[in-house]
Amino acid sequence: MAVLADARPAQRQPAPPGRARVSRWHRLDLTVSPYLYVAPFFVIFGVFGLFPLLYTGYLSLSGWREDQDGSRGTFVGLANYTRLLHDQFFWNALKNTIGIGIISTLPQLMLALGLAHLLNYRLRGRTFFRMSVLVPNVTSVAAVTIIFVQLFGRDYGLINYVLHLFGVSRIDWQAGTWSSWLAISLIVTWRWTGYNALIYLASMQAVPFELYESAALDGAGRWRQFRSITIPMLRPTILFTVIVSTIGALQLFGEPLLFNVSQTPAAGGSQHQFQVMAVYTYQTFLGNGKYGYGSAISWAMFLVIVVIVGINLTLVRRLRGVEGA
Amino acid sequence: MKSRTHQLSAGRGTYVLLGAVVLVSLFPLYWSVVAASNDQAGISKSPPDLVPGTHLLDNLRRMLDLVDMRKALVNSFVVSATVTVSVVLTATLAGFALAKLRFRGRHALLAVIVATMMVPTQLGIIPLYLMMAKWFGWVDQLQALILPGAVTAFGVFFMRQYLVTALPTELIEAARVDGCSTLRTYWNVVLPVARPAAAVLGMLTFMNTWNDFYWPLLVLTPQNPTVQVALSSLAGGYVTDYPLVLAGALVGIVPILIVFAVLGRQILDGIMQGALKA
Repeated sequence: MAVLADARPAQRQPAPPGRARVSRWHRLDLTVSPYLYVAPFFVIFGVFGLFPLLYTGYLSLSGWREDQDGSRGTFVGLANYTRLLHDQFFWNALKNTIGIGIISTLPQLMLALGLAHLLNYRLRGRTFFRMSVLVPNVTSVAAVTIIFVQLFGRDYGLINYVLHLFGVSRIDWQAGTWSSWLAISLIVTWRWTGYNALIYLASMQAVPFELYESAALDGAGRWRQFRSITIPMLRPTILFTVIVSTIGALQLFGEPLLFNVSQTPAAGGSQHQFQVMAVYTYQTFLGNGKYGYGSAISWAMFLVIVVIVGINLTLVRRLRGVEGA
Repeated sequence: MKSRTHQLSAGRGTYVLLGAVVLVSLFPLYWSVVAASNDQAGISKSPPDLVPGTHLLDNLRRMLDLVDMRKALVNSFVVSATVTVSVVLTATLAGFALAKLRFRGRHALLAVIVATMMVPTQLGIIPLYLMMAKWFGWVDQLQALILPGAVTAFGVFFMRQYLVTALPTELIEAARVDGCSTLRTYWNVVLPVARPAAAVLGMLTFMNTWNDFYWPLLVLTPQNPTVQVALSSLAGGYVTDYPLVLAGALVGIVPILIVFAVLGRQILDGIMQGALKA
């Protein structure tokens, strides 16, 4: 209708454009075009983003697995989820994910805070320092992990060599639970500390200097100022980094996968000692072709992420209560 | 930097500490150069050689015999560039509509975008894989990487937040009075204003796509890899030959380091400004 009404006057070409035509065309433009502009995003996102999300829920209730013909589309109810509760590999993966998550995220964010504090001084070569700490973050997980695997090598790795100078005997980093967790966490920390430091630095620079001046007049030392002004002023940023790092840590994939130098990288070590949730999901659906069960693990993983992010948020809020007192 | 002379000058201790941080940050990259240019004996010595050697070309040649790194570099570039252009265009277009045009449902649509930013990407990965592998038969095809990456909720949100404040509503109204259609307004008024944020979004998207690991590993094989997939197959098969493997890692890192060397300042500013808005 609207299109026709618009087309007709257009044929009377020699006539003056006429306010009516322009305004009708304009009104059409204003009402329709916004939807056209958001459409590319929503169409592509709907097909490749939203649909898979929802379909995971459906799949998790099915018994589809690659090695059983006709298992596609079979409805098994909550069987995958009850099985999950008794799956020792799932609980093992959960334990590993949380363990590695804690020892990679907590020191990382604290180091980042300290580093941001240093970067906040008036520095010569300011840009050089900032760019240097960001470099680890722009290099790829695959390349970085490969380099670190060599550095962590048992026989010829540089890290064992340096430890050897201090009297520590050679460590087989992949073999132990703690050693593998530590090594993986180190890779994660190396990649993300600088990035988080820059985020903190940005908010530190937004803190009004008068606060520090008056605190100094009141006799507050550097450490006291850091604790009582910097930290509280940075709280929204800290909250933000805690959420982002937690979600990232719980989805950790490339580092543990490539850290394993065996023929079965998705196993996460000889005793699955560093098989994290994402790697276990990968092994379940790609290695073993269990699409239904893998989807149930995906949902469980999502639930774990929601719960842990919630816990961390509460903890960070609690922190405010203590420090504010 | 208005009256920001308040910052305390750094003492010697600060420089020493920061120097140590820089050293730790850069050493692994330096080490990849050292290991990729020595032979096996050189890096297995005790103490190992700490300076670059003369075997780089040899290691590169042996690496290229094992994986098709040339194809991988081309693929990574094609995918990253296409995804970047697409993300920037769709994000500025949708961001403009959501920031400055009034239409029914715009608040709800924005809420959907914010909500999807919170959902972990891995939740939908199995159906997405099945879709590509079984329904479309796109294993080893670059569109399997390009299409899912072609739009991001973050991009739309980022551009919307930027345009809300950076784009004066009067400018749009003036264009309207002059008889500009919204599309012309977008092209002639919005895009020039959006340029700084679009540049930041583009750089971040390019680097993220270049470095993406999980998804390419699922839908590509070593026959038609991206750089990250090629590195993964290198690490899997011949892990004992470190000079060769690290020559591969070096090739994977260098392009992104070049981008960073050229555009690093803008990326830095982008991250820090983005942090303030968050």
